[in-house]
Amino acid sequence: MTQGHNANNKWIGQSVARLEDPPLVRGRGRFAADISFPHQLHMRVVRSSHAHGRIVSVDASAARALPGVVAVWTADDIADVPPIDFREGKIPAFDQYRQPVLATGKVRYVGDPVAAVFAEDPYVAEDAADLVTMEIAELPALLAADADPVEFSAGRNTEVAIIRQGYGDVDAVMRAAPVVVELELAIGRHSGAPLEARGAIGRYDLARDILELHGAAKVPHRNRELLSRMLALPPSSIHVHESHVGGGFGIRGELYPEDVLVCVGSMRLGRPVKWIEDRREHLIAANHSRQQLHRIRAAVDHDGRILAVDDLYFHDQGAYVRTHAARVVHMTAGILPGPYRMPAYRAVGHFRLTNKTPAATYRAPGRYETTFVRERLVDAIATKLGIDPNDVRRRNAISKDEMPYFRPLQALGEEIEHDSGDYVGLLDKLLVALEWDKLKAELAHRRAAGEAVGAGFAMFIEKSGLGPADGVRIEVDTSGAVELITGGASLGQGFETVMAQVCAEGLGVDYKRVRVTHGQTDRIAFGIGAHASRATVMTASATHNGALNVRAKAIEMAAELMQTPAEALDIVDGKVLRKDQPTGPSMTLGEIARHLEPTSKTLGGRVPGLSAEGWFRVEHQVYPYGLHFAVVKVDRGTGGVQVERYAIAYDIGRAINPALVKGQIVGGFAQGLGGALLEEFTYNERGDPLATTFADYLMPTVRETPDVEVLLREDYVSPLNPLGIKGAGESGITGVGAAIASAIDDAIGMPGAVTQIPVTPQRLKQILDGQR
Amino acid sequence: MKPAPFRYHAPKTIEEAVETLAEVAGDDGRVLAGGQSLVPIMAFRLAKPAHLVDINGVEALRRLAIDGDKLSIGACVRHAAFHKPVVDGPLGRLLAKVVRHIAHYPIRTRGTFCGSIAHADPASEWCLVAAALDAEMVARSAGGTRTIAARDFFQGIMTTALNENELLTEVRLPILPADTYCGFYEFNRRAGDFAIAMALANYRLQDGKMVEPRVAVGGAEPLPRRIAEAERALAGQAPGKPAFEAAAEAAAKVVEPLDDAITSAEYRRDLVRTVTRRALEQASP
Amino acid sequence: MIEKREITLTINGRKYDVRVDPRRTLVDTIRDDCGQTGTHIGCEHGVCGACTVLLDGEPVRSCLMFAVQAEGRQIRTVEGLANGNELHPLQQAFIDNHGLQCGFCTPGFLMLATGVLEREPDISDEDLLDVLSSNLCRCTGYQNIIKAVRAAAVTMREKARATPGATR
Repeated sequence: MTQGHNANNKWIGQSVARLEDPPLVRGRGRFAADISFPHQLHMRVVRSSHAHGRIVSVDASAARALPGVVAVWTADDIADVPPIDFREGKIPAFDQYRQPVLATGKVRYVGDPVAAVFAEDPYVAEDAADLVTMEIAELPALLAADADPVEFSAGRNTEVAIIRQGYGDVDAVMRAAPVVVELELAIGRHSGAPLEARGAIGRYDLARDILELHGAAKVPHRNRELLSRMLALPPSSIHVHESHVGGGFGIRGELYPEDVLVCVGSMRLGRPVKWIEDRREHLIAANHSRQQLHRIRAAVDHDGRILAVDDLYFHDQGAYVRTHAARVVHMTAGILPGPYRMPAYRAVGHFRLTNKTPAATYRAPGRYETTFVRERLVDAIATKLGIDPNDVRRRNAISKDEMPYFRPLQALGEEIEHDSGDYVGLLDKLLVALEWDKLKAELAHRRAAGEAVGAGFAMFIEKSGLGPADGVRIEVDTSGAVELITGGASLGQGFETVMAQVCAEGLGVDYKRVRVTHGQTDRIAFGIGAHASRATVMTASATHNGALNVRAKAIEMAAELMQTPAEALDIVDGKVLRKDQPTGPSMTLGEIARHLEPTSKTLGGRVPGLSAEGWFRVEHQVYPYGLHFAVVKVDRGTGGVQVERYAIAYDIGRAINPALVKGQIVGGFAQGLGGALLEEFTYNERGDPLATTFADYLMPTVRETPDVEVLLREDYVSPLNPLGIKGAGESGITGVGAAIASAIDDAIGMPGAVTQIPVTPQRLKQILDGQR
Repeated sequence: MKPAPFRYHAPKTIEEAVETLAEVAGDDGRVLAGGQSLVPIMAFRLAKPAHLVDINGVEALRRLAIDGDKLSIGACVRHAAFHKPVVDGPLGRLLAKVVRHIAHYPIRTRGTFCGSIAHADPASEWCLVAAALDAEMVARSAGGTRTIAARDFFQGIMTTALNENELLTEVRLPILPADTYCGFYEFNRRAGDFAIAMALANYRLQDGKMVEPRVAVGGAEPLPRRIAEAERALAGQAPGKPAFEAAAEAAAKVVEPLDDAITSAEYRRDLVRTVTRRALEQASP
Repeated sequence: MIEKREITLTINGRKYDVRVDPRRTLVDTIRDDCGQTGTHIGCEHGVCGACTVLLDGEPVRSCLMFAVQAEGRQIRTVEGLANGNELHPLQQAFIDNHGLQCGFCTPGFLMLATGVLEREPDISDEDLLDVLSSNLCRCTGYQNIIKAVRAAAVTMREKARATPGATR
């Protein structure tokens, strides 16, 4: 389909101000905690304070007796509610590992929901929760994914599955290899920790027989489907409503026990049920992520060309398998090779449960981890052979002439095909932008003067645009105002603005006249939400197609009304006019909408309404790519690390709103920085979580976060969608662990020193002092 | 994370405050000043005081004044009061420097100097200052007033010599002579975080040699204290690297560092050496 | 049974008569009893700053105060920043500089910056960064927040000079 270009209506590529901002800067957003219904109850979850044990008894009598408490439920009270199923559907092999809505028989992590209190007031609900007592027969806590599996339940142990991906004869290549490099690498447990903790309000509207769930975001339609299965209700009788969301990052929006509880609570107690999570709960109950241990070997030739890679890894899933099933552990195996050729490859991943908070996806899931592993490998190869790591990258990176490059590995259910790109070309551009030779010399000079400063790079590919399909509906009313109804979701990333820009350019209106509806399952039957950086690719492409459809309809009607051939007409700023007489006679879209009303005399045989759907289907994800670069300074006396400078080069194909893209990248970087130096969920030997407040789960502040230089390129538009876009939500975070680790090694003059992130001052001091 | 229920008292005078404390202290009554340490603990329900005695309405406790050779800091004087030097000379400058390390700006508009002292978190900067300068803590109860020296005041993690019915009404710091050299250095994970280790050092010079040296360490042990061994390594020596390193080494040797799952005693001991040396380097003439 | 107290809170110049338990935090009262939900709760233990309001002109963490402590004080929240349709320079600067993404931390930053810039219009950049490190943001990586506040500081200084003797 050809793209209509209007000289006066080019919105794509412009850093326009966001439509989302005005209510938010006025404090007039509607986040979950801001939503209230008359006569609502407040729910408080009572959670296990044991990491592992058999539930002997739960005594809620004192809690029930507290004035203001309406009910206290345990697992027996909701015995008919099944455990939380997987997003993709039933997976019989994982059935036993699903999390029950309230702990049944055993508690498996500190934070595991055991009971739910429903009270008139949140303060009272918390008082009542304190009065619920439980007797737990403590069992040993399993806290390491690489320790031997133990029994999980009858006939099942804590190794849920073994993931295997690969090709070629790795063993033969290893045996014959000129050089072999071997590493053991660990990524610490951390997660998205959005500033707004979770919240959900369930409301059963008896008058309409509709169950409403307010608050859960990211995948409203999927959640509706999951709920309808679990509660045996028709999907159309469940409405999921998303309003404002204080960050998602992959954590918010999966279906959790609390979401189910507010729904069931509202139905059975006959009143809306509001649940607002507190911070301590969030850090022990919302999805964790990232924790993997990799034992990786690479066979290389004397020039540093990779001949084979063999990776054995352990994925610490925590106590249950949640809605994502094996998505992250599986993708890890598929995406680890990244931008490099690997003639033979084997990845074996042990998907194991431990007595910790369950894990799932967090921004760039599987990629933050594997980029750390793979780029540490690149550095190790470079060190072993005495060559520059960037030369290792050059020699191994898939070249642009090899595109599209197919790899017989899977990620998110598809085989990996690198669609387009020039990885080495981007590296070169970054080096030029950094004035690398000069910078290298400066750093060497500073080191000679005694400073522990160093630099590191990381190269990665990302994936985005997960299909298979998305659709939108666009309606223009009689005032000319446009509504774009999507099944997307907003997590704060500027979804509305970007879609409005695409719609406006396709249709020929001002983007400010486009109202973007999202996250309302009662407004559109299907939706993919916002995850896997897919919103921009899928929903924008569908929007583009829909806008062209509406444009065509408007022009077709106008052609008749204006007695002018359609090819001679254009739409500019909401008016249909003649291309050769832009200041001549015109008709507004509002007028055309009126002519298309059912009672209009000019309707003819047309379908009423100035509206249309737009669909987009795609078989393959796209693989954008980029590089990260860090300069760090190490304080040898304390082990403290300061990131002096950071740069990110990224080929986004086409940026609909460059400012928003940069914002996403810089934001992602800050989170990646947290994972590299600060953030970690640790446990003591009993399985008690040690990072349960913002005083011990440390996130970067202004002081720790340097400015980021973003080199945004649009060199390779994606051939897979009409706008050529690739998505950017995750690119800022992917390479941070790797780049900072590399820079630290360089700063302290100890190649390969960093094998674990986060690099805490204590760990770095131990490395510096030669104790490990 | 809502606090458990409590009865709220808002006395208007010191007398009223200590009388109320006399009534409620035995029934788990606590003083509420800035609340920046107490309220979070109450939010986590680690503390569930049955009574709070809010002293913010007691005008007399807002006093910050120079009494002879002492700086008198009343119970309701906020951290923010110290952003600009409150007295000329090294003490004012020292307090203005240290205060920037205390949490963050909005915490400092409410939190109080004396509140930090009474709370006795090992990582508290003011507690280190008090220990280093041999501050005097004035404690008042319905039964009378007493003065407690810093070395007797801090007894352990969050543990002081204050009785439960006593209100810390003021802390007195010595006004340091104009020729005092002072240094303070703190290490933490992020700006504004609790100190993992910190040191405060000062001395004067007589004929080019250090006299009346003070070296105090905080954050690394259950309570902040002067380290006599480190001070001995400075006394009579010329300021400079050899003496500073000797003092740092002495301090590192004698401290009994806290040990927990996140931060080891060994690492803290190492840090003590570094922060002591750096505090002394800052106190260089 | 602990008795509720009847107190009057003055928020953005308007009086709200409420009846609260002594333990009810200022932030909960502002949000739920007075209906001003622009002030957000991010941690409830005084670290993130999402709950920042101005109390007699000073930024404070409203999750660390009880409502009963705030009677008779002038409370300002984000809802009071704009003058009808005219946005406060900080609000406009946040929009112009893409200083917000999800918007959850934004009211806290706006009130923190308002309080500091009103007290110290000529604050040094170093001190300003120190102050901004008080609050957490998880979306933006801070770069654009800093830009926005710097830009607004310039505007606010110019306005203050243009109207000498003007209060607030």
